[in-house]
Amino acid sequence: MLHDSSEGNRSFHYGFLSQQPLASATLGIETVKLALLFHYLKQKGISFNACTSVRHCTEVSRNVNMESLQSGYLFPEISMRESEHIRKHPDARLIRLGIGDTTQPIPDIITSAMAEHAFALSTVKGYKGYGAEQGNMALRTAIADKFYKDMGIEGDEIFISDGAQSDISRLQMLLGSNVTVAVQDPSFPAYIDTSVIVGQAGKFLKETGKYRNIVYMNCRPENNFFPDLSTTSRTDIIFFCSPNNPTGHAATWQQLKKLVEFAKANGSIIVYDSAYAAYITDPSPRSIYEIPGAREVAIEISSFSKFAGFTGVRLGWTVVPEELRYSNGYPVIKDFNRIVCTCFNGASNIVQAGGLACLSPDGFQALRTVIDYYKENAKIIVDAFQSLGLKVYGGKNAPYVWVQFPGSSSWDVFAEILEKTHILTIPGSGFGPGGNEHIRVSAFGHRECISEACRRLKNFL
Amino acid sequence: MVICFTGLYLYPGHGTEAYIDSSVIVGQAGDLEDEVGKYCNIEYLECGPGNNFFPDLKGTSRTDIIFFCSPNNPTGHAATQNQLEQLVEFARNNGSIIIFDSAYAAYVTDGCPRSIYEIPGAREVAIEISSFSKFSGFTGVRLGWTVVPEELLFSSGFPVINDFNRIICTCFNGASNIAQAGGLACLSSEGLEAVHSVVDYYKENTKILIDTLASLGIKVYGGINAPYVWAHFPGRKSWDVFAEILEKTHITTVPGSGFGPGGEEYIRISGFGHRESILEASRRLEALF
Repeated sequence: MLHDSSEGNRSFHYGFLSQQPLASATLGIETVKLALLFHYLKQKGISFNACTSVRHCTEVSRNVNMESLQSGYLFPEISMRESEHIRKHPDARLIRLGIGDTTQPIPDIITSAMAEHAFALSTVKGYKGYGAEQGNMALRTAIADKFYKDMGIEGDEIFISDGAQSDISRLQMLLGSNVTVAVQDPSFPAYIDTSVIVGQAGKFLKETGKYRNIVYMNCRPENNFFPDLSTTSRTDIIFFCSPNNPTGHAATWQQLKKLVEFAKANGSIIVYDSAYAAYITDPSPRSIYEIPGAREVAIEISSFSKFAGFTGVRLGWTVVPEELRYSNGYPVIKDFNRIVCTCFNGASNIVQAGGLACLSPDGFQALRTVIDYYKENAKIIVDAFQSLGLKVYGGKNAPYVWVQFPGSSSWDVFAEILEKTHILTIPGSGFGPGGNEHIRVSAFGHRECISEACRRLKNFL
Repeated sequence: MVICFTGLYLYPGHGTEAYIDSSVIVGQAGDLEDEVGKYCNIEYLECGPGNNFFPDLKGTSRTDIIFFCSPNNPTGHAATQNQLEQLVEFARNNGSIIIFDSAYAAYVTDGCPRSIYEIPGAREVAIEISSFSKFSGFTGVRLGWTVVPEELLFSSGFPVINDFNRIICTCFNGASNIAQAGGLACLSSEGLEAVHSVVDYYKENTKILIDTLASLGIKVYGGINAPYVWAHFPGRKSWDVFAEILEKTHITTVPGSGFGPGGEEYIRISGFGHRESILEASRRLEALF
């Protein structure tokens, strides 16, 4: 039974809902329908109570922060569109240049290390139980030596995780609901969504497509993909991803120096996401700690996902320098350690063995070959779009190409490309209002698919 | 949102007091009352031999969430069908959600329920969490699961599973595919048989510990449905007993008060270990007491 205050009881059919569905395709169809119904009715301002005499409802209120999320997380939404498309066109040869998922096999030297570790678990001598929550010390040290040499970062400032996605949420738990945050616009959706979930974001403003309490730092070609900090309000936390997902821009040394100075002057903490550092081609910084003074203002998160093809294997790390202090002088690293010990139990030991192999000289060399493969893909995509006269960004320091379609809605362009060429991309507005009129094209994929995709796009556009 | 826990809680030494600590971190728990060692917004449900390790629900205030672990860490008590029926009814009448931790279900020997969903009506009031850690030796490999039934609804009728799915998609990116392949192998008929042999090995360890302590006249609980033995030292402080055992026999145990005020006078002894170590420990304890 549905209640509308002006019209009394009436019933609805589920079938007419449109726009972006809320639930992932893995949920039961009835649950999906119920969630869609809630979304629709909320838009119409109609209250709905599914509780009936035959359907028990608890008296536990839904978390209001969850209600504040506007739609499903971006990437499962894209998956749903993909599923719908496949249903409509079962014979289409779909090319996936949307979700940034790696495709090339992991080099043998790394998978062998994981297999060896796994088999050893079946022996008395090789069996290992709980590991340190912060991660295997050999791996922490290897990461410090490989990526942070001469930056003064030590192994005990590095926390191994099951991936940057989880780390972003653990950092949000660390920071709590009372901090203010700034994000790049456009940016990886997890920063905003987790901010909403923990209660930092405030009300969603339909007119602007932004959350009231979040500061959006517009990054576009006109400002060289770096915000004008002189007009940016102070926030406690600044999420900054470089090389950037989705624009592909790697911030220059100068830009990062300004960012660190800004954070220092404002007493802010930068959460710097360097997940794509391995794709940098020019001398742009690969870590925030290349900038003097960053150790006192920045946390850095990173990942083996795009560096080692570990998107499904799950491994990442977070750096919290010992010098980073709260306003009362308390070391941030102490609280993060507590979060890691309480809300986590360490990354899988098998996976950490793989991580160590990635950082061996042979492993690292083998991974460079795979990264170069994706970078060549990116170049092919950039050339293809440029040859069509489109304005193209990124693709040089990141595996993403950012294509502009002035005056067009990015979801419309996404839909048209999908419909007409059977190529999945990601609509730029999925990354924030600043992403509209753009499409993100991922360079992950087999070479033949990339080449075929470029052929289809040239015919269509 | 007010929450309540059974009086003794989970994983000291590894994610100590996870239910309470995570509650504190997200801001549910209120202030710590130093004198009693309890957080003022958390309802603590005493579980001891006097009440057959099950709280008196008649005297329990309503809370939104009830964390309940069975078989229990640290007491080793597995709640009976009857007890869990009472719990489900209590949750149903109060519109509460039970978070049922069944991580030790593989150790149940005597027919006690292994899942909350064995109780009719539980699908509308309970979430269940579980783990391959103690079941398959995956403590370092890392694999577990959470069940959220589709019938479980918030007060507005919105399905809980929908919000949990959103959390999974946004704050997580899946368990390692390698660990999941291992999980699948654990559940094959051969795999299941093999992991049960290992579980039986630990259960035999626990039996040895029970027999040793009982023969010394020490009152012992648990150990039948869980890999933990809960030994009572009336009138003594658990940290003192812990220290004495460590000093005199070089055996590490866990003092009961580490699990909450209700654990005072108790020591938790784990049945995990190589058989020789368990036997040697038993010998040393016999010499001490």
